[in-house]
Amino acid sequence: MDADGGYCLALETQESPMAWLGRFTALLLALFCVAPQAALADPAPTSWDQAVAQAKGETVYFNAWGGDPKINAFIAWAAGRLAADYGVTLHQVKLADTGEAVARVLAEKTAGRADGGSVDLIWINGANFAAMKRQGLLFGPFTPMLPNYRLVDAQGKPTTVVDFTVPVEGMEAPWGMAQIVFIYDTARVSDPPRSMAALLAWAEAHPGRFTYPAPPDFTGTTFLKQALYELSDDPARLAKPVDEVDFAAATAPLWAYLDKLNPLLWRHGEQFPASSEAMRQALDDGEIDIAFNFNPGEASSAIAQGLLPSTVRSYVFDRGSIANTHFLAIPFDANSKAGAMVVANFLMSAEAQAHKQDAAVWGDPTVLDVAALDPAGRKLFADLPQGVATLPPEKLGRTLPEPDPSWMTRLTDEWRRRYAK
Amino acid sequence: MAPALRQIEIPYLRRRGWLSLLPALTVALFLLPVLAGVIGTLLPALGFLPGLGERTFSLRPLRELLAAPELPGAVIATLVSGLLATLLAFLSAVGLAASLQGTRLFVWLGRLTVPLLAMPHAALALGFAFLIAPSGWLVRLAVALLGGGAPPDLPVPGDRLGLTLAAGLWLKETPFLLLAVFAGMNQLPVARFLDIARSLGYGPATAWLKVILPILYGQLRLPIYAVLAFSLSVVDMALILGPTTPPTLATLLLGWFDDPSLAKLLPAAAGGMLQLFLAVAAILLWRLAELGFARAAGPWLAGGRRGHRGGAGRRWGAAAALLLLFLASASMLALGLWSLARRWPFPAPLPIVWGLGNWQGAGPDLARALTTSLLLASTATAIAVVLSLGCLENERRHGLHPSARALWLIYLPLLIPQISFMFGTTTLLAWLGLEASLPALIWSHLLFVLPYVFLMLADPYRALDERYRRTGLCLGAGESRVFFAVTLPMLLRPILLAAAVGFSVSIALYLPTLFAGAGRYTTLATEAVAANAGADRRLAGVYGFLQAALPLAGFAIALLLPRLVFRHRRGLLMARGRP
Amino acid sequence: MSMPLREGLTLAGVALRLGGRRLLGPLDLQVPPGEVVTLMGASGSGKSSLLAFICGTLDPAFAAEGRVLLDGIDLAPLPPERRRVGILFQDDLLFPHLSVGGNLAFALPPGLERSERRERVAAALAESGLAGLEGRDPATLSGGQRARVALLRMLLSEPRALLLDEPFGGLDEQLRHRFRDLVFRRAAERRLPALLVTHDRADAAAASGKIVTVDEDFSNDHKE
Repeated sequence: MDADGGYCLALETQESPMAWLGRFTALLLALFCVAPQAALADPAPTSWDQAVAQAKGETVYFNAWGGDPKINAFIAWAAGRLAADYGVTLHQVKLADTGEAVARVLAEKTAGRADGGSVDLIWINGANFAAMKRQGLLFGPFTPMLPNYRLVDAQGKPTTVVDFTVPVEGMEAPWGMAQIVFIYDTARVSDPPRSMAALLAWAEAHPGRFTYPAPPDFTGTTFLKQALYELSDDPARLAKPVDEVDFAAATAPLWAYLDKLNPLLWRHGEQFPASSEAMRQALDDGEIDIAFNFNPGEASSAIAQGLLPSTVRSYVFDRGSIANTHFLAIPFDANSKAGAMVVANFLMSAEAQAHKQDAAVWGDPTVLDVAALDPAGRKLFADLPQGVATLPPEKLGRTLPEPDPSWMTRLTDEWRRRYAK
Repeated sequence: MAPALRQIEIPYLRRRGWLSLLPALTVALFLLPVLAGVIGTLLPALGFLPGLGERTFSLRPLRELLAAPELPGAVIATLVSGLLATLLAFLSAVGLAASLQGTRLFVWLGRLTVPLLAMPHAALALGFAFLIAPSGWLVRLAVALLGGGAPPDLPVPGDRLGLTLAAGLWLKETPFLLLAVFAGMNQLPVARFLDIARSLGYGPATAWLKVILPILYGQLRLPIYAVLAFSLSVVDMALILGPTTPPTLATLLLGWFDDPSLAKLLPAAAGGMLQLFLAVAAILLWRLAELGFARAAGPWLAGGRRGHRGGAGRRWGAAAALLLLFLASASMLALGLWSLARRWPFPAPLPIVWGLGNWQGAGPDLARALTTSLLLASTATAIAVVLSLGCLENERRHGLHPSARALWLIYLPLLIPQISFMFGTTTLLAWLGLEASLPALIWSHLLFVLPYVFLMLADPYRALDERYRRTGLCLGAGESRVFFAVTLPMLLRPILLAAAVGFSVSIALYLPTLFAGAGRYTTLATEAVAANAGADRRLAGVYGFLQAALPLAGFAIALLLPRLVFRHRRGLLMARGRP
Repeated sequence: MSMPLREGLTLAGVALRLGGRRLLGPLDLQVPPGEVVTLMGASGSGKSSLLAFICGTLDPAFAAEGRVLLDGIDLAPLPPERRRVGILFQDDLLFPHLSVGGNLAFALPPGLERSERRERVAAALAESGLAGLEGRDPATLSGGQRARVALLRMLLSEPRALLLDEPFGGLDEQLRHRFRDLVFRRAAERRLPALLVTHDRADAAAASGKIVTVDEDFSNDHKE
């Protein structure tokens, strides 16, 4: 809930960029069974018009990862548009990890709350979504009510309806696309490796010039998943929950590969960057030559911001790269459900999606079917400056689906057990 | 009418007055919650956490803790970095004092210790990390001068054993111990002792080590223990300079406390107890070393070896002092440059694109963090100064004499690792309905500001000639009037200095802001660490530089204001005691 | 309240103990108005503590017995600031943060108009040959000047008794004579009982009053 209103505006903040313990508030409420004061909430809207009407004047607490200033700036831009067009006040609650918001909602449910929750909208996907859906923590289905949902390219982008093998079923609104894309400095590397095997050979020739973030960083875990896809003899196993599969046998090729690769890495594999941002910084510092990122527009965006040299370019592996969609979900007890729906709808609009895809803003690809938009919408996308290091959609190659969400924890634990002692 | 001749207590003392409640209030305010916090972390460590449905005491959390694969590496990194840093800081402080005493450099060092001390941990770590990185400033300058190619693949920062962390801690803790040395030396007739020793034929450094250090060491003990406890449990510097796979124990525990699945909460509490155990064990180890060393030193002290003239020692000492000053100021300068750099790739020795964009871009977030930092620091410092003065005045009025035990009580929050009691204290705050509120945040800062403020005020206060107060009283002024019109003005300089130190402590605090503020409040410290995680050195430069500049401004005021106010009062212009 | 009779300073059965050990006394003493009684004894025999006891600023570590009467009024229930007992130490202890005039004004009772305070201070300074020094920083005065200002400050608070804790020790020989005579003269002029603590026989002789020797045998009343 909001901090006491008596304090000056500068402090009335819900923003917590490193909110390591943000979830304690809800946890402690649960611990001591402090009965929360249920704010007067309107009944959940059942139609779009109802939602717009109710949303006017509402404040929406949007819990989103706050580790990237350009994303925060985009959200701030959206807040301005929402206030002007719909009278909705959007506050970003900066998280270090989406799991914090999940834990908060869970604690509220455990404390018996049915509405007046502190989280209105969550930026979410994958294991977190699966957990929330399974435990009944989400409001919905709501996306069919949103007009802009028709614009989503459900056919061409199947990850918008199946999130890490879990059917979305309208419980979250697709917001952006992600795909593993490798970036390298053309001034230093002329022929980067395009497969895991080639990567190993390249690392042997250039020791200490490649690395990956340590799991549980999601980019690092995705590197493991990507490697597993290429090295596994039966990739279809990955779609099943990890408990149903012989984990040791399925992952043996991966550990064998890493046992050979890790000593050839940056810092001899004794140290790993803590995040994909740290990896990007190592690339800029000239300590490594190849990095990778989930955002295909990241390289151009970083160049535009002065965080990478202009000679950086991106490419994808030949056999396909893991791709997913990230979404917006509304907790079951959200205080401003109508406002959250309006926000989700706006963020799926052509205007917001085009602005988001602009490399100078964020560079995150759109979930919309651009070809099916009206001429005004198509123009917005056509006018976007092509990021200098961004691959056009046709060059992005084959996508690989995300494994079952349960693989992530097992892979992380096993990796840490082997390499992080 | 005359009462029988009997022993009379001077009656008005029976009316102790509200002032005598202050020491009790101070203890209640900050000591009890710390102890409650330790208990509140101990209970979950033993398996008792009703909110999660755990009501049975068991050793399961401890077993889970010990089974964690990262634990051995974490503990080793913690012990190595903590013990090494403390040892180096102690040897440096003592070595600098021994080799440089009497020289002008030493006087300068004395003047600089306090501003050096004021540099916040996170800011210093950020600057230092950039300074010594293989693609960092020193290497870039070397490449610019000597030529070269790619940065070397050295494990700096973030090496497994925590050596870079130890170096960063050394940089931060040496001024603190130096300050303790200076404070201790002020209370001894150092010059006279050294003259006697010198006249007996001892070289200057040897004289200092054999004569001054043994007497001085008693005063250094508590500060050393505080440094030890801090170095073993620091989080913000470990996040920037320390290893990541696995991290130091405190950093590891912080991640566990944060695990959204709450699965690791009980083992994390057990880890908090382990951290406490490590701190206590380290202190005991140091104590044993003290005793052993004292025994071994007996023959050395009386052995009669006179030592050298001190020339070589002075050169080494000067080199060490200059190294310290260089590293500290270069770190700060690096931050300043980054805050103004739009593009600074390797191997450019200076930014290639300059601009104010970083400051403008930080905009509202910066303003918010700055406001919160200033508000917290000012309020906590003001309360600490009032409480300290009140306790000291109470001591004076009732003729109480401070005991050694009282000093341990004041040092207690500095000796217990933050992560060992923060969880329990947060639970207590939640129970009081105060979690994530401004009073809770101010209180958590006060907890660490108060010891420093009190320690900086105690000596000057007690050294103030008691007869001024008596004269004032006998001239007809009441106790309050004497306090405000005589005592306070005469103590203006120490009060401002103590306030500056308290202010800088608050600006630097990281973990308490996270815990008590439940992550809702951003300060310059939290933003600086977050900027480091976001791997944007420009933003880190902005926050780090600002975080470092504020305490310096505070010290500038503390130094210049008395000069202004007392420009026509020579009696107070001369520093009393402190160099 | 009627004006108290000038009866001088009376100590009745005053004894001081520190940590169970008797330090001084029991002492019976009468200091008539306008006269100086000298207390002599070895260092550490509690003379300064006795003065502190009379002042009301005795360190609570001491245990004290006996009564002190000033002009017939028992001082025991009064806090130091109401006892109207002035004290002079060896060091002038002028408040360093106040000017000379500020130091003197500090001693004046409250409730006076600002102009009146200024006049009284100026008059006091002029009377002592220190005219015009109101605005000066005390640290810029000579030792003799400072001693005189300290005396003036004490007298401006209109005490009814004077306690002198070896006040002449900090001055050189010549100044010592002059200042000593000044102090005794003022005390006589205002008919103030004065208790002088000293170990200098010349001071005791100049005081020309009773001399009491205090030592650990708690014997007293050695008239000379």
